[in-house]
Amino acid sequence: MTPPAAREEIPITADEDVVRVRQAVRSYAQKAKLSLVDQTKLVTATSELARNTLTYGGGGTAVVEFLTEGRRSGVRASFQDDGPGIPDVDLALTDGWTSGRGMGLGLSGARRLVDEFTLDTGAGQGTTVTVVKWSR
Amino acid sequence: MERIPILKIGDVLLASIQIDLQDRDVLALQEDLAEKICSSGARGVILDISAVDIVDSFIGRMFATIAATSRLFDAETVVVGMRPAVAITLVELGLTLGEVRTALDLEKGLAILAALGDRTDR
Ligand SMILES: Nc1ncnc2c1ncn2[C@@H]1O[C@H](COP(=O)(O)OP(=O)(O)O)[C@@H](O)[C@H]1O
Ligand SMILES: [Mg+2]
Repeated sequence: MTPPAAREEIPITADEDVVRVRQAVRSYAQKAKLSLVDQTKLVTATSELARNTLTYGGGGTAVVEFLTEGRRSGVRASFQDDGPGIPDVDLALTDGWTSGRGMGLGLSGARRLVDEFTLDTGAGQGTTVTVVKWSR
Repeated sequence: MERIPILKIGDVLLASIQIDLQDRDVLALQEDLAEKICSSGARGVILDISAVDIVDSFIGRMFATIAATSRLFDAETVVVGMRPAVAITLVELGLTLGEVRTALDLEKGLAILAALGDRTDR
């Protein structure tokens, strides 16, 4: 067996890159031996975040990584852009709130679907969202 | 981009999603279905998502939009074949499919549409 790739960078500049991110995250999640439900949750969360990077961040980069810690393994995915940033994080994380024409469930929903969620942003600072999901 | 084929079975349109959906595929399917319902006078639409391994808020909203649009043309929509992992994830994401009817499989979806048709015809 070939060892899992440790890290993959995926530029997000177009629609099809969101699909590419989903496929990469899926294969990392399988390597990390996440259950099917956990794979689905992580892939769904990253689909939301990749689309935000494209729609609101004006494009950016996804980094997908394979993690191990003691006996457990996991996947970290981060989404970075140099867009306008998010001025009010609490508001952006409110279920149903959108500044555009979305459903307002991407950030808040993604946070519920993963084990670790960090959001680093501010008006004029770009946005980086990082999520982690561990095998159980 | 790939066009999702829409089959006509009696007065029901069947769209079976077999690809990893890009956002523009989703929008194209919405438009194609609206046109096909209108031109064919179909009374029901079935979206078969048994091959779909993730549904995020963009894709989920498509189901609601298709259901609302088809209702304007007096057609009912049933989403069939949702995988258990997808269903669990949708609930946690917070997406309630609201008005969208769902059924376990194609056969049950067709039965629902047939029952609805009987009720309105008589
Ligand atoms: N990468 C980003 N850059 C700037 N703003 C963002 C970014 N991601 C999210 N946002 C803001 O947070 C809001 C909520 O995002 P989300 O929960 O995904 O809902 P939606 O995408 O449906 O609007 C967005 O409407 C947008 O204003
Ligand atoms: Mg979003």
